Amino acid sequence: MPDSPQTSRGASLRQRAALVAGRVARDATRRLGRGGGTALPGLVAGRLAPDLIEAAGALPGLGAVTVTGTNGKTTTTHLLAAIAREAGWEPLTNRSGSNLARGLVTALVDTADGTGDIDRRAERLGIYEVDEAVLPTVFDRLRPRAAVFLNLFRDQLDRYGEIDSVAEGWAEMLAGADWAPTLVLNADDPSVALLAEGATGRVVWFGVDDPEVALTGIEHASDARFCRCGARLSHEHQFMGHVGHWSCAACGRRRSTPEVAATRVRLDAEGSDVEARIGDASLSLRVPTAGLYSVTNALAALAAAHALGVPSDVAIRAVAAAGPAFGRQERFTVGRRQVRIWLAKNPAGLNEIVRALLAASGTHGVEPRYLLAMLNDGIQDGQDVSWIYDADLERLAPRVGALVCSGDRADDMALRFSIGGMTPVAVIAETEAALDAALDRTPTSGTLDVIATYTAMIDVREAVARRAGVGSYWEEAR
Amino acid sequence: MNETPTATETPSTPLGTSIRVVSLYDDVMNVYADRGNLLAIQHRAAKRGIGVEAIAASLGDALPEAPDLVLIGGGQDREQRRIAEELGGHGPALRAWADEGVAMLAVCGGFQLFGRWYRDTSGQVLTGAGVFDVTTVAPGPGQERCIGDILVTSTVPEIGEVVGFENHGGRTYLGPSATPFAHVEYGRGNNGADGTEGVVYRSAIGTYLHGSVLPKNPQLLDWLLTMAVRHRTGALPVFPPLEDELEQRAHRAAVEVARRRSPRFAS
Repeated sequence: MPDSPQTSRGASLRQRAALVAGRVARDATRRLGRGGGTALPGLVAGRLAPDLIEAAGALPGLGAVTVTGTNGKTTTTHLLAAIAREAGWEPLTNRSGSNLARGLVTALVDTADGTGDIDRRAERLGIYEVDEAVLPTVFDRLRPRAAVFLNLFRDQLDRYGEIDSVAEGWAEMLAGADWAPTLVLNADDPSVALLAEGATGRVVWFGVDDPEVALTGIEHASDARFCRCGARLSHEHQFMGHVGHWSCAACGRRRSTPEVAATRVRLDAEGSDVEARIGDASLSLRVPTAGLYSVTNALAALAAAHALGVPSDVAIRAVAAAGPAFGRQERFTVGRRQVRIWLAKNPAGLNEIVRALLAASGTHGVEPRYLLAMLNDGIQDGQDVSWIYDADLERLAPRVGALVCSGDRADDMALRFSIGGMTPVAVIAETEAALDAALDRTPTSGTLDVIATYTAMIDVREAVARRAGVGSYWEEAR
Repeated sequence: MNETPTATETPSTPLGTSIRVVSLYDDVMNVYADRGNLLAIQHRAAKRGIGVEAIAASLGDALPEAPDLVLIGGGQDREQRRIAEELGGHGPALRAWADEGVAMLAVCGGFQLFGRWYRDTSGQVLTGAGVFDVTTVAPGPGQERCIGDILVTSTVPEIGEVVGFENHGGRTYLGPSATPFAHVEYGRGNNGADGTEGVVYRSAIGTYLHGSVLPKNPQLLDWLLTMAVRHRTGALPVFPPLEDELEQRAHRAAVEVARRRSPRFAS
C-alpha cells in the first residue's frame, strides 16, 4: 500500500509506523537498563521514515525554533520550553545533549502516542537544540520560523577541524534558505553578528549592556579577534573571550544595540539579579543559575520569546521559575553536603565556570571551594584534551580548599591544575571512588562543586543522583 | 647534521640564570592550547631555579632582542595568511637566531610557516621564515585532515618518546638538508606517508604535536631548557632529576591512549 502523502493534518502512515517502532525501541532499551534511549529510538524511526526530520519541523502547529552555538544550547532550549509552557503552548523539544539529527527524531518519538499520533498538535512549538556543525545539514529540512545563534567558541577541534568552517557553514546555510526565518542573534559575539548580513527576515538582537560585568584582563581563549574585512577588532568591553562590545575601526562594523538586553547585572554565588530591557519594556529578573553565561542564555531565550510574540512578563516569570537544565548547575543533597554539577566542554565554558565559582564569595567572606574535576576523552568529550590549557584555571588557585581529579584522563587534569598552582589531594580515575574522596574532603554542610566533561558528567550525575535518592535522567520530568 | 651537545661541557646551571622566552603571535596562533607550552616552561624552570622572562610579540611588534627560546603555536588558514607576510620578513633574523643556537619550538601552523613555504587551501603560496628546510601543501579535495593521538620517537636521543595530539590538514615534506624531529610510532606525522614527524635544526624543533606537548613530555621540555640555558650562559647545564610524578603519569597515560586509539605507522 502506498503511503498517504504528508498533509497539514499530521504524520503520514509511514511516519506513524516509524514513530511507533521508535517507541518500541525506546521501551526495550529502558527495560534492559541501557540508559535513557536518547539516540536509538531516533535511529530506528529515522531508518523507517527518513523524512521525520521534515516532520519535526512541519508537525508542530506553531512551527519550529532551532537553538545553536557552542555553549548554552541545552539551557537556552530548556528556558525557551519553560516560557512556551507559561504562554500556554506545548513545547516539543529534544533531550539534553541529544542534538544530532537522530535526537530530533527521538523528540518526535517521545511525543508520539501508541498510534504514532502527536497530541495537541495545534499548540505544539518545536524547540530544538541542534549541534552547530549539524545545523546546516538539517536547516532546510526543518525550515524553522526562528533560529537562535548563541556564540561560537573553539570546541572539539578534533571533531570540527577548524572554527572558521563552522561559521562558513552557517552563512552558506542562511544564504540558501528560500524562506525568511527570524534570526535571534547575540549582538556581543562578532562571529554570530555577521550572520545578520545575510538575513532575509527579521533580526532580533540580544546582548549585555552593563559594562560593570566586563572582564578586567583578557582571557586566553579568544577566537574572533579579526573582522571579516581583515582588520583587528577592538573591544570597548569584553565579557568572555571575544564576546563583548566590539567594533572595527577599518570598515565600521560594530555591535548592534540589542532589542533584548541586560542593562544591569549583579552576579552572586547562586545566580544573578538582572535589569532587562525587552523592546520598550524594562523589567527585573532573577536568573536562578550562576555566571554571566547564564544571563546570556536567559537573554537568548527571552529574545526568542520576544520574536515569537510572547508577552515579556510571561517570559520573565517562566525564566525566574525554571530550574537548571540537566547537569548544568544541578544541585543535589548528599547526606549533609550539597553537590553542584557543572558541565565543562571547552575553554570558554570552563572560564565562565571559574568566574562563577570566584564570584561566589559566600556569607562568610571568601570561602574555599571544594572541587572534583573530571576529564574524559571520549568522542562526545573531545578526544583532544589539550583545551584544558586554554582555560585560565590559575585564577582558582587561591580559592581551592581541596581538589580531586578524576576521569579517563585524570592524570592530565591533575597535571593541568598542578601547573596552575593547585596540587590535587587525590587522583582517582574511577567515578565512585573519586566522588567518595571528594565528599570526604568537603566539610559537613559545605558544597562540593563537580566540574566534568560530557560523558564524565553523565557518569557522576548518575552516581550523585543515586546517593541523593533522585531518579535516573530519563525518568526526569521534561 | 645536527650538533648534538654532549655532557662533557660545563655541568650545572649557574645560580640566578634567567632565560628570555619569546612567544610569537601568541594572540593569533594559539588554536590548540599552545599557551600550555609556555605555562609548562615557567613551571619547570621555576622548579629548576631558572628565571623566565616571558615576552610576547605579535602583529606590528618589533622582534624582541636576544631570545634564548622562541615559541610559536598553531592557527587556522585565515590566521596563517594574516601573519605570513610579516613572519616571512622576520625570516633572516629568525634564521640567524637558529644558527646561533637559540632554542625554538614551532607547533603545527607555526611549524609550517617556519618552513620555506606553505600552499594553503585556496592555492595561495605563503612564503615562510625558512628556518626549516621543509615545505607544506594543504590537502586536496577528498584528502582528510590528520587528526588523532600521536606517539613518536625522537631522533634526538635525550628526548626519546614524545606523545601528543595532531590536527592538521597540511602535508609537510622534508627538504634534502632537513632532519626529522622524530619517527612516527602511532599516528600520521608530517604527511602520513614517510613516517617522519617534524624537523630539528640545531636547537630548533618544528612539530605537529600539540596536546599541549611540553607539559606531559618533560624530557623534551628539559632539552629545550638545556639549549636555552646554554644559549644564555655559553655552557651546557646538566639538570638533576626532578620530582615530577604527575608529569610522568600524564605522559604514560597519553602513551597508552595513543597506542590504543591511533593506527600503528607502517610504511
